[in-house]
Amino acid sequence: MGSISLKNVSKVFGAHAVIPSIDLDITDGEFVVFVGPSGCGKSTLLRLIAGLEDVSDGEIVIDGKKATDLPPAKRGLSMVFQSYALYPHMSVRSNIAFPLKMAGEDKAVIDKKVADAARVLNLTDYLDRKPRQLSGGQRQRVAIGRAIVRQPEAFLFDEPLSNLDAALRVNMRLEISQLHQQLKTTMIYVTHDQVEAMTMADKIVVLNRGRIEQVGSPLELYHKPDNLFVAGFIGSPKMNFISGAPAAAYQAHTIGIRPEHLALSKEQGTWRGTVGVAEHLGSDTFLHVNADGIGTLTARVSGDFAVSHGDPVFLTPDVQRLHKFDEKGLAIR
Amino acid sequence: MATLHTRSAARLMIAPSVLLLLAWMIVPLAMTIYFSLLRYNLLMPGMEEFAGLSNYTYFLTDPAFFQAIFNTLAIVLGVLFITVIGGIALALLLDQPMFGQGIVRILVIAPFLIMPTVAALVWKNMFMNPVSGLFAWLAKLVGLQPFDFLANAPLFSIILIVAWQWLPFATLILLTALQSLDEEQKEAAQMDGAGAWSRFFYLVLPHLSRAITVVILIQTIFLLSVFAEILVTTNGGPGTQSTNLTFLVYAQALLQFDVGGASAGGIIAVILANIVAFFLMRMIGKTLEA
Repeated sequence: MGSISLKNVSKVFGAHAVIPSIDLDITDGEFVVFVGPSGCGKSTLLRLIAGLEDVSDGEIVIDGKKATDLPPAKRGLSMVFQSYALYPHMSVRSNIAFPLKMAGEDKAVIDKKVADAARVLNLTDYLDRKPRQLSGGQRQRVAIGRAIVRQPEAFLFDEPLSNLDAALRVNMRLEISQLHQQLKTTMIYVTHDQVEAMTMADKIVVLNRGRIEQVGSPLELYHKPDNLFVAGFIGSPKMNFISGAPAAAYQAHTIGIRPEHLALSKEQGTWRGTVGVAEHLGSDTFLHVNADGIGTLTARVSGDFAVSHGDPVFLTPDVQRLHKFDEKGLAIR
Repeated sequence: MATLHTRSAARLMIAPSVLLLLAWMIVPLAMTIYFSLLRYNLLMPGMEEFAGLSNYTYFLTDPAFFQAIFNTLAIVLGVLFITVIGGIALALLLDQPMFGQGIVRILVIAPFLIMPTVAALVWKNMFMNPVSGLFAWLAKLVGLQPFDFLANAPLFSIILIVAWQWLPFATLILLTALQSLDEEQKEAAQMDGAGAWSRFFYLVLPHLSRAITVVILIQTIFLLSVFAEILVTTNGGPGTQSTNLTFLVYAQALLQFDVGGASAGGIIAVILANIVAFFLMRMIGKTLEA
């Protein structure tokens, strides 16, 4: 089954250590998302697991077997690439059948598996088209189809949605989640988009500069970030950070409060400020408030809280949901 | 912007160049056709007279003509075969990361920059010469009788020389095509379990098909008229064993001084080239569309 564990894995390009050293355990059937800013090594980590890059040191164990020196094809993994990487001169059918053909499967078996995959992914009508005759979403589905026919131990997704437009991205996100429910296969998904990470993952791995900052379920990361980086990366709009005298009042070097945990009032509150920009989304309004002696704070209020630029407002943080950090940026619990 | 007015203005503007090009093509063609209908021998100046199609019948029934057609095709196909296969192999090698890649690539291109007469002479005197050539020395080194390439296998020798000259061209075009192959596609094929050979066959070769077509088209145009290499090495011989159509026309005009017969041969060469072009274009149309 598809359990994967990394032991002390590192990757060095020349003198530059992209990944200093990582330990990670992924249990069978989990949907794990690697998330982090660009250049944090998340794609490199995925490629190490896939076998497309050699590890500089450490050990990769897939399904209980040492896979560190196995070639990509022998690891029993399938990968969906950012550019889809479909074979342009082959029809959709041949594209999906390619891994089976390479495995030397029977023609009848191939036809059946391709038909099954096409049905699952709604591609039956497009089997004889060439990739360039398909839309972005359809191409994405063909790439997924090519990955699932092999019935791999685990799927690897490398930012698969970044080439799609916003509406389609939401759709495909849902489809991939549904696919995971259906197949119950381990999936590792790389993205820089924390919304994708939050919505899809069973377990999120937050990476920064080749190091794991925190591993946990989406809500764990949201409620109990280990450090400033995770606190700032997870959640939208971003958490507000305040340091200096207001933070000292709570015995912390820095305090963090999420926009949704700031109560606003026109009459009274802990901090006083004036409204800078108000972003009206209908259901919610994001207010950028210039708080006196603190700086700009983002607050999320209900859509019917009527204020506009220049209005004075008072903000009160929800003390229960205040995050405290020490000088090193680690959470104080 | 394409109004009726701008379109007619555009036509007016390009008219001079079109007319010039047309005249450039039509005048020599018309003169060649005219000469081909005359009994026109340089040894008998002032004796030109209308000869009808007799020049054509003479040229077409000449046994050397069929030999020349065969030789022309043999050179084109032989060189294409060697350069396409060799070009793919060299391009694959040069695409590998290696030390001194830039210098090696320049070295590979070098033969293309050497003019045909020089290249042919170098081959004739330094490689294929049965007494002082490199090949003769190699043969003697392993105790074999040196082989006189140009006397015993003249056509093959010429194919070898011309192929050597055109190999860099094919390599260069195929190498650039190879470099445009998406890296992620190769990785996807790797993940899909395709070995090196399968990746080449299912991924690289289809990707190269367009470039291969371009190589075939351009080389065919030039290979139909190989001349210098024949002139400086075998002079079409022994007999007519290495005479191609171009060389036959040259021999007719400037060795036998028969301008009329040579013109007829030239017209026949034009017709044959058009037949070849017709098939080539159909083949290319298919590949370039896809």
